[in-house]
Amino acid sequence: MRFVLKTHYGQDVDLFKHSGQRFWYAALAIMVGLAPWIMDDFYLGELSLVFIYAIAGIGLMLLVGYTGLVSLGHAAFLAIGAYSHAYLLGHGVPFPVALAAATLFSAVIGAIVGLPALRMIGIYLAVATLAFAIIVEQVLSHWESVTGGYRGMPVPEAELFGLSLMGSQTFYYLCLALLVASLLAALNLLRGPTGRSFIAIRDSEISASSMGIHLARTKSRAFAISAGFTGLAGGLFAHKLGYLAPDAFTLLTSIQLLLMVVVGGLGSLHGVIFGAIFIGLLPQAIAFLRDTLPPAAAQIPGLEPGIFGLILVLFLIYEPLGIYGRWRKIRLFFDEFPLYRSATYRRQKSYLRTERVR
Amino acid sequence: MDALLELQNVETYYGPIMAIRGVSLKVFPQQIVSVLGANGAGKTTVLKTISGAMDPRKGSVRFGGDAITARDPDQVARLGIAHVPEGREVFPFLSVDENLRMGAFTRRDSGVRGDLDLVYDYFPSLAGQRKLAAGFLSGGQQQMLAIGRALMLRPKLMLLDEPSLGLSPRLVHEIAEIIQRLNTEQKVTMLLVEQNAKMALEISHFGYVMEVGRVVMQDSCERLKSATDIQEFYLGMKDEGVRGRRRWKVRKTWR
Repeated sequence: MRFVLKTHYGQDVDLFKHSGQRFWYAALAIMVGLAPWIMDDFYLGELSLVFIYAIAGIGLMLLVGYTGLVSLGHAAFLAIGAYSHAYLLGHGVPFPVALAAATLFSAVIGAIVGLPALRMIGIYLAVATLAFAIIVEQVLSHWESVTGGYRGMPVPEAELFGLSLMGSQTFYYLCLALLVASLLAALNLLRGPTGRSFIAIRDSEISASSMGIHLARTKSRAFAISAGFTGLAGGLFAHKLGYLAPDAFTLLTSIQLLLMVVVGGLGSLHGVIFGAIFIGLLPQAIAFLRDTLPPAAAQIPGLEPGIFGLILVLFLIYEPLGIYGRWRKIRLFFDEFPLYRSATYRRQKSYLRTERVR
Repeated sequence: MDALLELQNVETYYGPIMAIRGVSLKVFPQQIVSVLGANGAGKTTVLKTISGAMDPRKGSVRFGGDAITARDPDQVARLGIAHVPEGREVFPFLSVDENLRMGAFTRRDSGVRGDLDLVYDYFPSLAGQRKLAAGFLSGGQQQMLAIGRALMLRPKLMLLDEPSLGLSPRLVHEIAEIIQRLNTEQKVTMLLVEQNAKMALEISHFGYVMEVGRVVMQDSCERLKSATDIQEFYLGMKDEGVRGRRRWKVRKTWR
């Protein structure tokens, strides 16, 4: 049982609510900081991929989980980030500038895509962003002078402060640093007026606009910020892939990103991290599982997507709040330890208004 | 006489929050029974528990001798309980006619057409708008449509959740009159949840007063109307002190 006594106003907006959180986050930071000494290169690469997914997920979470706008086309922003980053690197632009420019470029494209999207809600917006993703895919495969078309485009080797990014350790730390920076940026955005206006739009557009929030501008801003984060992830993803081709950024990638935020738990940044771990590591885990299975069972074709889908369905049925929802329940149990009321999260047969997240 | 509907010690929760704390009530056939109370007293939760939209954790609900505790709402509706939900909830994209036909969804008899005319008879202002999408109706008309839709089920018991919500005093009067007429002419038993105590006490036979999840008073409406607590809390009458002002020294609560 913990009771936080607030003695100054700053505590209301503190990122860490109490010393316990500080301790555990510090422990986590030390753990991921020491990972390169513990893990071999393969796992380090997988972990970097998880971080990249998480950065893209932050972008999508801001849009889907906090602003309530569904996007089925985020692979397009990932692609725009990746291609523009690789293109700039290829023309001799130094790495940090190229990455920043790719981020900015994605954000601008995001704002432009956001403009017509303002008139659409729900399923229509999903279809519109899907159309955008298909257009981008077509552009990537036909604009050969820039993107190399179907042949693809090699990502030039980059250097940062004299260290090659080909080394998995350097790349790992780069991804980690950018993830932490993105998380802090998103957290600060969300505890400020901009983030609150996003949440207000998600919950009630009428109330939001009558509070003086400019709907069009705010939605377009949400799109731009979301696309910016995803573009940044795209830039890192380019280095992870090493060779860009249009088939790395398909509809399936968009759906995977969307799954990540839904499985992680809509409306929470914790959910992004959990979702990224889920999406990034589960295929590997299933592959390992396949090795331990008896040969007859292991040779079933489509085992991985099957198990993946099954876990997903079970989650949606039993834990609609995602992995973060489950995490919160476990944490509350320990927080209130002797006094935890088992009925806290018991659900009625129909959804209540407070449980609904659009 | 046997009660048509009987709730015994019903306790319903929203997660860990106990919304109704052991409510028992009875509704006899062809009566109008009203449940009064302030916001958050648990009135709507009582109705939702009866219609099966929520499950009680304790207690039982019996309807005409059958236990209907925690049945699914569609089954409860088939037994003849029509729930008119709070805030009307008409189907906005269906026409008035289609909305009413939805009310008769479970019926297989030939009387549906006749009942449709009956509803239009009771609500003449709907009759001119048969083909209009229900979303275009005014608030009062939507409430009439919601009641009419429930009537199409030929219910034994109608659960009315705040039919006066957001209506002008004149429309409240009109709706009250129709509820009363439905009760006397069509023999529909009503369980009415209301904030508008004056209207509810006017038209019903028996009343329950709820406060924070409990029934604190139950009596026939004549006696409730004359009870001083009801007069003070719900009908807005104040006893004046000697100095011509209201005295706050003794503030009565049931808590």
